[in-house]
Amino acid sequence: MIAKTLQDMFKRYRRPGDVVFAVLFLAFAVFLLSQLGDQTKVVKRTKWFAQPGLWPTIAIWCMVVFGFLHWLSSALSDRISGRWTEVGFWVRSFEYVAYFLIYVLVVPQLGYLPSTMLFAVFLTLRVGFRGVNAVGIAALFGFVVTIVFRGFLQVKIPAGAVYEYLPDSVRAFALTYL
Amino acid sequence: METLLSGISILLQWQVIVALLIGSIGGVIIGALPGVGAAVAIAILLPATFAFEPIVGLTLLLGIYGSSMYGGAIPAILINTPGTAVNALTTYDGYPMTKRGQGHRALSLAYSASFFGGVFAIICLMVLSPVLALVAPHFGSREIFLAALLGIILVVLAHRGQIFAAGMLAAFGIFLNSVGLEPVKYTRRFTFDQSWLASGIDLIVVVLGLFAISQAFLLLLEKNHAPGDTHVSGNIFAGLKELLGVKRVATVSSSIGVVMGMVPGTGEFTSQFLSYTYAQKTSKNPEKFGDGSPEGLVASEAANNAVPGAAMIPLLALGIPGEALTAMMLSVFYVHNVIPGPQLFENQMDFVLALYMALILLNVIVLVFLLFSTNLLLKIIQIPTRFLGVMILILAFVGVYSLRNSITDCAIAAGFGVFGLILKRLDLPIVPIILGMVLGGIMETKLRSAMARVKTPLDFIDRPIAAILFGLIVLILILHCRTLYFEFKNKLRPEPTMQPVDSDSPNQQG
Repeated sequence: MIAKTLQDMFKRYRRPGDVVFAVLFLAFAVFLLSQLGDQTKVVKRTKWFAQPGLWPTIAIWCMVVFGFLHWLSSALSDRISGRWTEVGFWVRSFEYVAYFLIYVLVVPQLGYLPSTMLFAVFLTLRVGFRGVNAVGIAALFGFVVTIVFRGFLQVKIPAGAVYEYLPDSVRAFALTYL
Repeated sequence: METLLSGISILLQWQVIVALLIGSIGGVIIGALPGVGAAVAIAILLPATFAFEPIVGLTLLLGIYGSSMYGGAIPAILINTPGTAVNALTTYDGYPMTKRGQGHRALSLAYSASFFGGVFAIICLMVLSPVLALVAPHFGSREIFLAALLGIILVVLAHRGQIFAAGMLAAFGIFLNSVGLEPVKYTRRFTFDQSWLASGIDLIVVVLGLFAISQAFLLLLEKNHAPGDTHVSGNIFAGLKELLGVKRVATVSSSIGVVMGMVPGTGEFTSQFLSYTYAQKTSKNPEKFGDGSPEGLVASEAANNAVPGAAMIPLLALGIPGEALTAMMLSVFYVHNVIPGPQLFENQMDFVLALYMALILLNVIVLVFLLFSTNLLLKIIQIPTRFLGVMILILAFVGVYSLRNSITDCAIAAGFGVFGLILKRLDLPIVPIILGMVLGGIMETKLRSAMARVKTPLDFIDRPIAAILFGLIVLILILHCRTLYFEFKNKLRPEPTMQPVDSDSPNQQG
């Protein structure tokens, strides 16, 4: 009866993989709670409301309590198939994280314009668009983004190291606008 | 009068006009692209706007915010795919009208209802301004603390069926805000002796990760989809006149949008749901709702578009954002050292008036643009979703990297991108994290300054506004507990023919 009551109370709408996320989040919250003493300091002659540890303490305790209830409601709901397929989907996103970070590392070396055009073309090919039109549009998009943001809006993106090797006539232009 | 003229002169700067045009037209296009949405666009453009004057940056972002829902109605009506999530209800009546060959009529009605809702909200904002200017100075530290606390509570409670998730994610946002060097006693909090954590986790990096990069990953990984070719023909101006026939629904829906827009955490979804329900219940033809009812379409669109204007009220008057988009805009104010809140109304009323007028102009520009270029937009929205993912990822890089040229920021944003992807796949809310970060920071600062003058706990609520806010918090919590109690009691009532709980329908947990 108690189990049934609990189930009625907490059962909720879920998607596959919900319980995995609930467990991971709760574990993370409990880990933070275990670090609370080490990672915050109690300052002497300071009232409770000005203690540096007050807000992390409130936040982490709320994470633990709500995280536990979230996990409980997930655990008490009917099992949905496809849990590990969903986790596999999450893991597949790391491929694009890797591409993104490689792009970030390449920009200061190769320059914003060439890196962006290459990255756009590479991603376009990677996601399955193989036509000349698609590749051309991707390259054009990379070009336009560079011109708009670095050329016109002058956003802070460093010039590529390879620009130093360009002929004098175009080096200054490339360093400023590309 | 002098303030009004000063406001007009601010608005007439060429940079403001250009920002308004780009923001409003860009917002319509972004809104019309299923899978992008205003949040992604604002997150990407946010760092670029830091280089502009605050009015220019805000006008650009407001343009996108205010116009995206106009654009979102187009694919919702013509191809049954809402451009932005908040246009979902528009599909109920818009698409059946298209199937009956009345697509032009549906679009026309949606545009006019959106325009009505948008302008109605701004008029309310202008009418309320003197009241705000009068009340806002009475908001001291404790009142702002209580208003922020009320905001967090409402954001959590607004996520019916996901209250535990919303609670833990809002708390996670508060925690993220506390990481790094604490600004008063200069002690480190949760830096794990890592220098890159000492300066804290930047809100913009989190916003870009959770909204833009996660969306890019999602579009890149999910099955490719391209909206089909479609065309609209017929008189698209007719709805302007037809709206007069449903002016009651338009007015009430816009009013609901205004009220919901002012309440943190509720926003477009609640307002359109309430408006739609109201319109259906008071209609002479309630059976037509969901099957091409003009009233349903007007209710949904007018309520949606009234929210952006109204959401500016708590932001401008108290510096408290009600949802993620206004939270992002708050950072534009902070970067330029313009602190929204009571002082803004006292010292920079011309700036506030310029913003109001920009909002009205935005609605006019969007309406005119849409009336003449809907078919052009229909061509643009045929971009395959995976290609959109490529575009968003490239643009997201500009946003993150241009902040401080930090590879670490990009890695953190990518990490939040994966986190956002998981939340989106699980249908869990992202907004509580952002509001937790923003409101958590406000609560920490304001509690510290408020408590310095408080001797006993009751002193905290001895001022009228503080007492009202405290009373509201208590009342909301009691009402919520009461609702839960009755729902749970009903669930336990033995019914011989009771069906098992449908796993597809959200349970009222929390």
